Amino acid sequence: MKTYLVRRLLLVGPVLLGVSVVVFMVLHLSPGDPAEIMLGPQATKEDLERLRTELGLTEPLPVQYARWLGHVVQGDLGRSLWMKRPVLGEVLGRFQATLILTGTALLLSTVGGIALGVASATRPNSLLDRLSAVASLFGVSMPVFWLGIVLMVIFALWLGWLPASGMYSPYGGGDLRDLLAHLALPAVTLAAASVTIVARLTRSTMLETLGQDYIRTARAKGVVERLVVLRHGLRNALIPIVTVVGVQAGYLLGGAVLTETVFAWPGVGTLMVQGILARDFPLVQGCVLVVALCFVLVNLAVDALYAWLDPRIRLE
Amino acid sequence: MSLGVATVSREPQPALAGRAADLQRSARRLAGRNRLAVAALVVLVAAVVAAVLAPHLPLQDPDAVETTNRLKPPLSPGHLLGTDEFGRDLLARLVWGSRVSLLAGAASAAAAMVAGVVLGLLSGFYTGWAETLIMRATDILMAFPYILLAIAIVAGLGPGLRNAMIAIAIVGLPLYIRLVRSVVLSLREREFVEAARALGATDTLILGRHVLPHLVSPVIVAFSLDVGTKILATAGLSFLGLGTQPPTADWGSMLATGRQFVVFRPHVVLLPGLAIFVIVLALNLVGDALRDLLDPRTRAQA
Repeated sequence: MKTYLVRRLLLVGPVLLGVSVVVFMVLHLSPGDPAEIMLGPQATKEDLERLRTELGLTEPLPVQYARWLGHVVQGDLGRSLWMKRPVLGEVLGRFQATLILTGTALLLSTVGGIALGVASATRPNSLLDRLSAVASLFGVSMPVFWLGIVLMVIFALWLGWLPASGMYSPYGGGDLRDLLAHLALPAVTLAAASVTIVARLTRSTMLETLGQDYIRTARAKGVVERLVVLRHGLRNALIPIVTVVGVQAGYLLGGAVLTETVFAWPGVGTLMVQGILARDFPLVQGCVLVVALCFVLVNLAVDALYAWLDPRIRLE
Repeated sequence: MSLGVATVSREPQPALAGRAADLQRSARRLAGRNRLAVAALVVLVAAVVAAVLAPHLPLQDPDAVETTNRLKPPLSPGHLLGTDEFGRDLLARLVWGSRVSLLAGAASAAAAMVAGVVLGLLSGFYTGWAETLIMRATDILMAFPYILLAIAIVAGLGPGLRNAMIAIAIVGLPLYIRLVRSVVLSLREREFVEAARALGATDTLILGRHVLPHLVSPVIVAFSLDVGTKILATAGLSFLGLGTQPPTADWGSMLATGRQFVVFRPHVVLLPGLAIFVIVLALNLVGDALRDLLDPRTRAQA
C-alpha cells in the first residue's frame, strides 16, 4: 500500500509542473499588455517601457516562467492588478466558500446517487427506476445556471422559503443555520446532474454484480437480503462508482463557477470571473492554479481509495 | 495479388451493400421501438432548418428596438413569445440565437473531433516520442476541471465567441484522443494490419484504409453526444459574459441579460433556457439511439 501511494505521489510532480506551464502560458497568450492595463491609456511610452523592464516582461519566456515558478513555489502568486493586494490571500479567502459548496454538492451526489442507484438496481423497471432514468437524461441536458435561476425564482422569490443569494445574511446571521439556508439552493443546483450520473452508473454496476455467482451463493446460504445487497453487492461495485465520483468532483469544481455566479456565492469562481472581466491576470492565474491543484489532490485521493478498496491494485 | 484479397476478406467487414441494408433494417426496428429518438430527430432537423432559413422566415428583425413594447409576456399581439427588455421580439431572437448556439456547438465539437482523431491515431499507432508527448499533454489537459480550463483559455485569448469556441474545442480534445487511441491500440496488433504491412503497405495506407473505418462508429456516437455538451459549455461561457458579445446574442447571453427581470417576467429567462434544454436533450436521445444502432452488441439484442 505504501509503495503504491509513494509511486502515485511521485506522478503528481510532473502533472503539477505541466499545469503550471499551462497556467503561465494562458497569461502570456493574452493580447493585452499588463503594463498597459496597470498604467491606463494615458501612460507615456517611457513609463510603459520602464514598467515592462521592472516587471521582467522584456526577458525571454523561459526565464520569466522560471522566475514566476520560483515565486509560486514559495507561495507568492503575485499581486492583483485590480485590488492591489497579494493574490494568494484573496484566493484562499474565497476558497473556503468554494470548498463548502463543492464539498456539499459532492456529498449530496455521492450519497444520493448511490442510494438511488442501489434502489433502482434492486427493483429494475420499477417506477423509481424509470423516474431516475428520465431524471438522468434531463440532468445532463440542462444548463446548470438555468436550473439555478429556476430554483431561485421558485424557492426564494416566489415561495420565500430560502434566501436567494450570498453565503450569510447581512444582518443577524452568521451561524450554521444561516449558512445551511444559503447553501441549500446552490448545492442542490450544482449536485443535480451529478446525482443522476452517479445513480445510473451505480445501477448498472450493481445489476452486473448482483448477477454474479457469489451473490447466489450468499443468498443460498441464507444471508439477509439487505446484507447481500450492501456487503456482497455494493462493496464489489464500488470501484467504478469511485471513478465516476472522482470525475464528478472535477465537474463540480468547474460547474461551481457558474453556480456561484448565479447565486452570488463568494467563492473562487465569482472572483475569477470578476478578474477576467477586469483583465486582472495574476488574479485569474491564482484562481486557476489553486482550483487545479485541488483537483489533482482529489484525483490522488481517488487513487488511494482504489488501493484501499481493491487489494489487487495495491499489490500490482 | 491473391494474398491481398485474402487479407481483405479476413477483415471483419461485410460487403458495403449488405451492411447498408443491415443498418437500414436495424434502423427501422429501432425506430419502431424508440419513438422518442425519432421525435428528437424531428425536433433537431426542424431546429437546424429554422436556423439555416432564419433570414427567409417571416420573422421580425431580432435587433429592432421598440421601447414602448418592453418585456411583453408571451402571446402578446404581434409578439408570439413576447419581447425582451428592449422590446425586441423574443421568437426572432431565439431563432437567430439558435444560429450562433448550434453553430458554435457543432463547430467546436467538429474541430475537437478532427484534431482529436488525428492525434489519437498518431499516439495509438506510433510508440515513441510522439505518443509520449501527446499522452502527457492529454494528462495535463485532464488535470483541469473541464469548464475551468475553458474559462482560463478564454481569459487568456480575451472574451468573444470565436475564442470561446477555440477554448471549448481544446478542452474537448482528450475525449477523442483517448477514444481513438484505445481502438487503435487494439487494432494495431491484429492480423489484418500485420498482413497489410507484410504486403508492403505504407503507414498512411494502413491507417487510412484499414484502421480509420473501424473508428467511424465510435467517433460518430461520441460526436453526437459531444455536440450537446459543447452547446452547454458555450452557453455557459456566454452566460458568464465570456462568449458572444452584444449586440450578437446566443441562448446563453440572452439568459444572462434576462436574469434581472426574471421575477416579473420569467419568460425572458425560461425561454432561452428551455431552448438549450430541448436541443441538448434531443441530441442526447439521438446520440443514444445512434449508439444502439451502431454498436453491434446492442444491435444483436434488438
